Amino acid sequence: MTEKANLRSAFGRGLVRAGETNKNVVALVADLTNSVGFSEFAEKFPERFVNVGVAEQNLVTVASGMARVERIPFAGAYAAFSPGRNWEQIRTTICINNLPVKIVSSHAGVNVGPDGATHQALEDIALMRVLPNMVVLAPGDAVEAEQVALAMARDARPNYVRLPRSESPVVFDSTHKFQIGPAYKLRDGTDVVIFTTGTMTAQGLAAAGILAGRKIDCEVVHIPTIKPLDAKTILKSAKKCRCVVTVEEHQVAGGFGSSIAELLGEKLPVPIHRIGIYNEYGQSGAPDELLNYYGLTAEHIAKQIRKFLK
Amino acid sequence: MSQTILQIEQHARRMRREVIRMIALAGSGHPASSLGLCDVFATLYFEVLRYNPRRADDPERDILVLSAGHAVPAQYAALAEAGLIPEAELATLRQFGSRLQGHPEREKLAWLETTSGPLGSGLSEAAGMAWAIDKKRFVYCIMGDGELDEGNIWEGAMFASKYSLGNLIGIVDRNGIQLDGDTENIMPLEDLRAKWEAFGWQVLEIDGNNVQSFIEACAAARAETERPSLILAHTVPGKGVSFMENDYRWHGQAPDEAQVRKALEGLK
Repeated sequence: MTEKANLRSAFGRGLVRAGETNKNVVALVADLTNSVGFSEFAEKFPERFVNVGVAEQNLVTVASGMARVERIPFAGAYAAFSPGRNWEQIRTTICINNLPVKIVSSHAGVNVGPDGATHQALEDIALMRVLPNMVVLAPGDAVEAEQVALAMARDARPNYVRLPRSESPVVFDSTHKFQIGPAYKLRDGTDVVIFTTGTMTAQGLAAAGILAGRKIDCEVVHIPTIKPLDAKTILKSAKKCRCVVTVEEHQVAGGFGSSIAELLGEKLPVPIHRIGIYNEYGQSGAPDELLNYYGLTAEHIAKQIRKFLK
Repeated sequence: MSQTILQIEQHARRMRREVIRMIALAGSGHPASSLGLCDVFATLYFEVLRYNPRRADDPERDILVLSAGHAVPAQYAALAEAGLIPEAELATLRQFGSRLQGHPEREKLAWLETTSGPLGSGLSEAAGMAWAIDKKRFVYCIMGDGELDEGNIWEGAMFASKYSLGNLIGIVDRNGIQLDGDTENIMPLEDLRAKWEAFGWQVLEIDGNNVQSFIEACAAARAETERPSLILAHTVPGKGVSFMENDYRWHGQAPDEAQVRKALEGLK
């Protein structure tokens, strides 16, 4: 787990490729062109790029208007501000309208680092998954992030994608084929299934590696599409292992783990332990330092799973 | 006065009667701005907008965005008056299963360009449309004056100016009232002309209940191709119903049976 890559730049490359094949793809930013990975698109397609200034409500409402007249707008900002600040506009003008706006939000999670709590979005999955019509995505690494951009451009629904700020371990090779919808089983196991989303998948896989040394056989399922959930795959693994752990860089309240718990609670009640942020905000620090502090590293995850299994 | 103007005024009068009837039947709604905007809506549908009555999504149509969604009874009345929806359907306003939702919902009724009600979003949506479409097409956006309290409006105003959206025409229903009272008491808006001009817009200030003036303002707005235009339309809230006119308490309240009779009497 040494190679790392930036998901934002990779997503930006995917966006350029989407722009090359579909001239209806346009991009908007709220004064964060480079930070959300849109620089190359902006240079390559200046006539299809707008900067709305520091105005996230404007960002998504202008995008909604563009989508109404057959454009496919990608609206980029930080997750703390979009959907943090403009949730109602997303609800009314994008989701009730059911328009194919693509909300691209970077700086999700504590990996944001030194900027501190205000800039570390830990609530965005909850805000977005509660909205009917919205598709919620969290790619696991840079390889997948590039493909997510292309898939979003082809999807006719409102989409939300969360991206981390920091470089993250590369999980997939070039044979990976991302689609909106499916969950991906990355490791077979029988004792416990770890459901992960976003860049926590790398940590979950590493945790499974650690636990294998202690004779605990983990299944790992990567879930880049948080909504709609791939219920079939999730239930299959849960049925086999009878013991479930979820991992997310987000509040456990209302987030990814909650959505798994909702599904299992109704369809297949099995013991479940959710790993994530418990009712607190982030803070300044180095990304690795923060992931360690909040218990989101492979070592911490392995330790929590051992405790849970006892 | 030309035949066209007289006809539009007649349409507006019939629409006012429908507005009163449908809000009374629904038992809730926003009569003041709906009545005040009947002249604007009648003029838009019978003179200004280019649209295909057989195809709501005609790719060459002009676009009308109602940002102040609570005034939608006036738009529904205009759609019925123009024969785009059945007149009988007006009686279903705000009822279960109706296409005529309490606030406009695009997916329910194809003649609506967007979903609105929560205030302040429409101008940015209209600007996004104006940016994306052929500049020979026009986007009209109706805002309330109370709605200008919303910061989103001014974000949209800056955007439209930055991108020189000459095909965007904003219409502010300057009726002076909002839910809690008179606009200048709740949150002073003046000097509105100076504000919009400072944001880089052409401002055309008119009597919004005067059909001729509104037609002329729309023409002047379309003639300005380098910057967006704002029609500051002074209207009388509750227009045509003596006991509702200029009284903010009628912003969001339905008339009772006796009041309906009195209102319809005055609108003959």
